[in-house]
Amino acid sequence: MYRIKSIKFGILSPDEIRKMSVTNIITSDVYDNDGAPVDGGVMDKRLGAIEPREVCPICGNTRDECPGHFGHIELAKPVIHAGFSKHILVYLKSTCRVCGRIKLPENERQQYLKLLKDLEDLNLKYLVKRLHEFIRKKASAQQTCPHCGAPQYKIKLDKPHTFYEEREEGLVKLTPAEVRSRLEKIPDDDVRLLGGDPKEARPEWMVLTVLPVPPRAVRPSILLETGIRSEDDLTHKLVDIIRVNNRLREHVETGAPNALIEDEWELLQYHVTTYFDNEAPGIPQAKHRTGKTLKGIAQRLKGKEGRFRGNLRGKRVDFSARTVISPDPNLSINEVGVPEAVAKILTVPEKVTPWNVEELRKLVLNGPDKWPGANYVIRPDGRKISLKFVDRKAVAESLAPGFIVERHLLDGDIVLFNRQPSLHRISVMAHVVRVLPYKTFRLNLLVCPPYNADFDGDEMNLHVPQSEEARAEARILMLVEKHILTPRYGGPIIGGLQDYISGAFLLTNKSTLLTKGEVIDLLSVAGYRGPLPEPAILKPAQYWTGKQVVSLFLPRDFNYKRNAKIASASALRCIDEDCPHDSIVIIKKGLLLEGVLDKATIGREEPENIIHWLIKEYGEDVARKFMDDVYKIFIRFSEMYGFTMSYYHLMIPPEARERIRNIIEEKKREVDRLIEEFKAGRLIPKPGKTVEETLEDEIIDLLSKRLLDEVADVITPYFTLANPVIVMARTGSRGNPINLTQMAAILGQQTVRGKRLTRGYLNRSLPHFKPGDLGPEARGFVARGFVNGLSPVEMFFHAAGGREGLIDTAVRTSQSGYMQRRLINALQDVRVDVDGTVKTTTGEIIQFKYGEDGVDPMKSDHGKAVNVDRVVQKVVGWRL
Amino acid sequence: MEAVKQITSIEELKNYIEKLRGRVSDNIIEELEKKLVEVYEKSGLYVEEVEAIIGEVLRRYESSLVEPGEPVGTVAAQSLGEPSTQMTLRVFHYAGVREFNVTLGLPRLIEIVDARKRPETPIMEIYLEDDYKHDEEKAKEVARRIESTLVENVAESISISPFEGVVIRLDPSMLEDKGVGIKDVVDVLEELKLGDIEVDEENYTIRIRLPEELMDYSKMEKIRQKVASARIKGVKGIKKVIIQKRGDEYVLIAEGSNLSEVMRVKGVDWRRVYTNDIMEVERTLGIEAARAAIIKEIKSILDDQGLDVDIRHIMLLADVMTWTGRVRQVGRMGVAGEKPSVLARAAFEMTVQRLIEAAASGEVDELSGIPENIIIGQIIPIGTGMVELYATPSTARPKGGEG
Repeated sequence: MYRIKSIKFGILSPDEIRKMSVTNIITSDVYDNDGAPVDGGVMDKRLGAIEPREVCPICGNTRDECPGHFGHIELAKPVIHAGFSKHILVYLKSTCRVCGRIKLPENERQQYLKLLKDLEDLNLKYLVKRLHEFIRKKASAQQTCPHCGAPQYKIKLDKPHTFYEEREEGLVKLTPAEVRSRLEKIPDDDVRLLGGDPKEARPEWMVLTVLPVPPRAVRPSILLETGIRSEDDLTHKLVDIIRVNNRLREHVETGAPNALIEDEWELLQYHVTTYFDNEAPGIPQAKHRTGKTLKGIAQRLKGKEGRFRGNLRGKRVDFSARTVISPDPNLSINEVGVPEAVAKILTVPEKVTPWNVEELRKLVLNGPDKWPGANYVIRPDGRKISLKFVDRKAVAESLAPGFIVERHLLDGDIVLFNRQPSLHRISVMAHVVRVLPYKTFRLNLLVCPPYNADFDGDEMNLHVPQSEEARAEARILMLVEKHILTPRYGGPIIGGLQDYISGAFLLTNKSTLLTKGEVIDLLSVAGYRGPLPEPAILKPAQYWTGKQVVSLFLPRDFNYKRNAKIASASALRCIDEDCPHDSIVIIKKGLLLEGVLDKATIGREEPENIIHWLIKEYGEDVARKFMDDVYKIFIRFSEMYGFTMSYYHLMIPPEARERIRNIIEEKKREVDRLIEEFKAGRLIPKPGKTVEETLEDEIIDLLSKRLLDEVADVITPYFTLANPVIVMARTGSRGNPINLTQMAAILGQQTVRGKRLTRGYLNRSLPHFKPGDLGPEARGFVARGFVNGLSPVEMFFHAAGGREGLIDTAVRTSQSGYMQRRLINALQDVRVDVDGTVKTTTGEIIQFKYGEDGVDPMKSDHGKAVNVDRVVQKVVGWRL
Repeated sequence: MEAVKQITSIEELKNYIEKLRGRVSDNIIEELEKKLVEVYEKSGLYVEEVEAIIGEVLRRYESSLVEPGEPVGTVAAQSLGEPSTQMTLRVFHYAGVREFNVTLGLPRLIEIVDARKRPETPIMEIYLEDDYKHDEEKAKEVARRIESTLVENVAESISISPFEGVVIRLDPSMLEDKGVGIKDVVDVLEELKLGDIEVDEENYTIRIRLPEELMDYSKMEKIRQKVASARIKGVKGIKKVIIQKRGDEYVLIAEGSNLSEVMRVKGVDWRRVYTNDIMEVERTLGIEAARAAIIKEIKSILDDQGLDVDIRHIMLLADVMTWTGRVRQVGRMGVAGEKPSVLARAAFEMTVQRLIEAAASGEVDELSGIPENIIIGQIIPIGTGMVELYATPSTARPKGGEG
């Protein structure tokens, strides 16, 4: 296998340009009357074949094989390459204008040459750079040449391409020809001292005498529907250059007045500069007749859609698909449902062997339109046969080892699945294909968190790896179950969410008793085969508990103990195991004895939950199986139970509403009192704050935090775990107590940038209020909740407050996106080397032992190498 | 059934645990010992169980180590970048102290990663020596020494005209509050060497007669500024100090930052002085301290937002920023701009300029990094691509009769 070892950068010399050129481009005509390209024009046939079936006169290839060939333009007079003008300036400044040598005394020069060589030998790139800078500075400060004694003048650069010399008589323009002749005189060693490379980048080559003309393939013309050719921007620019160049040469040859020559020369310079970079500061942009700015070479390379970021670092690929995603809890977490229509287009190249030839024959017979089929057959000689238009029977018959069949995507194939923005590596994971009807990609809901996906119209991408190596890596490294644990914090990122959690809670609740029929229903969803456990209750009828159902799926020696999420509410906390709230989860020898399952034990992004220890102790397959089977039961139970939430679950009795009203009134009175004090000038400002700020602070504090807390205290007694809203909030499946207060009682003070709403009209937020009104209602206080409904004014305030959040998100994504791009750029070369040190790819050591202890966060127990407590719990937990 | 053996003494237990010595890190052994002694004392242990526990600890430790080729850099960048999309953007927040604004969240993280010359909101935490830290009065005394008091802080008004000169009316209550005497103010003003000073102690007025060369209207505002910002006492750059009680000691929180000066102030425990100005930490305490400061600052930002990110990722970022001996910015002026590869630099930012520079100096790209190899379409030297040794499977063995 050949590898490119290194790339050398440099400047093309005029000789090189002529040598690699196939023709001198001399005429500004492009096509003749018949529409054929003119010889010696910019579309000369010798510049490479680009039309179908066109044979290149130089290399004899057709357009697929012809690499394209350069031409050249002999410039009548030299022009500056504007991109190098800064470098030219450095050379001009630090060398003598007469003898061309660097303006340093000979002994110093020798000394620096030796130093430079030593530094280069030691490969101290940073110091080399510093030395060049030092020499440049020192040399350009010199007023007279130490070699020939000639006086020196200050050189000025007028961007982008004009040089002046500050002589006694004033500013004198240096023509490119003068500049070039000065640069020519610089000795090789002096070029080296100034940071140049005399072999590959002589300074005088920065002033162009010959201009390379890129191959036609670089600037293809487009045929519009009207049949008119539209040339590429570069072609236009080249034509301009040739036209001016020819005119200039004519003027020179006929001995036209100097002013005329200079004008033409300046024009040529302008065209060459804008050909390279049409965004160069200091000169007007070259434009089309339509007024659209032309694209220079620089514009092709630059920016997000430029050659580098758009085509080289990120490439468009074949064998990929994109469509809307939808949920399917019946798939395994490592599967993806692929629509049949997609499966018929994406293919996998499969080598024909004696063992699969029969199988593949069937696929070939089915052809491209019938799934499972095949789209192409590649014969051993490399010919690709499309199965669309051929006698498939014959092709199937001819199939033999050595052939490759590009067959349709089948169940069990491995594919990569991705959702943008790909912020971390688990935004791309490998899934196993399941070809399904309909038109969306299907995925298990449990893998939503790593992709950050939901189903409100999200689309995702799918890629089919084409080589055996790629498939092996996908299967071994990228499969979903390998990424249940995230390297971000060493815990499971995949896990229960929303209904899974409420379902688990309801199922494992103490009051849940299941009949035999229900148990069988639940177990069948998980595909359980085996005996039923003893029923927990025998008389009057047989009943099982939800905990028994879950226990059937736990490994027999699994011990576990953890506080449930509901225990974070003090009212539901258990002090010891004997407790009515059932908020300590205890599993001994694979039996869920006590405690309800909720976010803390089965939820996503919860380190040290059951899934975490299942993976670490029994492997990812066991954990995946557990999630595939048991989590389905949670959902099924949720359906059986009929878990729902309605308007009536948020109602509170009139007496509670009365109390809330009183609290609000009381707070408003307090605010009024504060305002009065403020108006009377009695309010004492807090240190570092003005009186107004102090007032606003106090009011916000009163009306948001304190008020809501008090209201929450009033309504909490009316909301118990019998209420589905509370079930969701407490178990961590969705929502929080603040949402509840906002729905059932009051939204509170709306703020924008931490301040009450003030803007809108002069001295008031809305025309409904008097100017200067500082009262709560006039400044965005919403005294109602969603259940009671907002008044129009309140609705308006609430929208104003909500908008801040939206703007925030929009601004944040761009900022954090750029930060992440920079982080990745800075860190991507860092890896762990074979000796366990952390090095960059160039071999610089960053850390001697990764993270000071050599532990991979992904494989750690939530950051620790070994969670000793867990190990002890695992082994002896059953008897503690 | 085999007889189950019980552990009979703590010594026996420790002997078993000692078997792990040298195979796992010492702190794990320590932790395990503590835990097992606890369990042993409470409910006893069987030999079999201890052996199982030791085996599990070893297995877990060994399987937790990083594998060669792991792209730890990219993982660290992603682990820091991904949660940053969830951060709040609110710039100002109160950090325990209501009086101070502190930049938090994403803007602060960007500030650190940018290695800015000075943070938007520099803050110092100043711990005090034993003699001072338990006494609020003494703490206040240190605070007064640190908080810089300018002439304008104790002046009721400062007026100026070319002929009247500078007239400063002092505020007696402020003088008392700051513990400054008129004499102190005069001393400072004398150092400015503006002109003769007249003091009217009764009316708390100081007048500076301006010499003729300064009697110029165009210079008035400058002189006023000079007088107003003349520092009577305190540390330069420290605008304000407040006292906070943390646990059983008093701690000073200062707005503004001047590490080297504050460390010198009497009563300050210089070992525990802290500032959030990372570049200043680098200047005064060196690069290792700067690394520690970066880690601590980033960790506290993430903790504050409730985001769980492993400390190793932050350490790696800090190391990449500091390993050259200077704090380097993450961006084109720092880490990304100093990469050895032309293509990597060009692909990041300022594509055209980078390429032209490379051409002018005849640079060579050794193609050792990740982005370069992606650009030219070669396997990247990381992870499974790092392996350079390939086994060529011998061609299928010739079957019996055939050649």
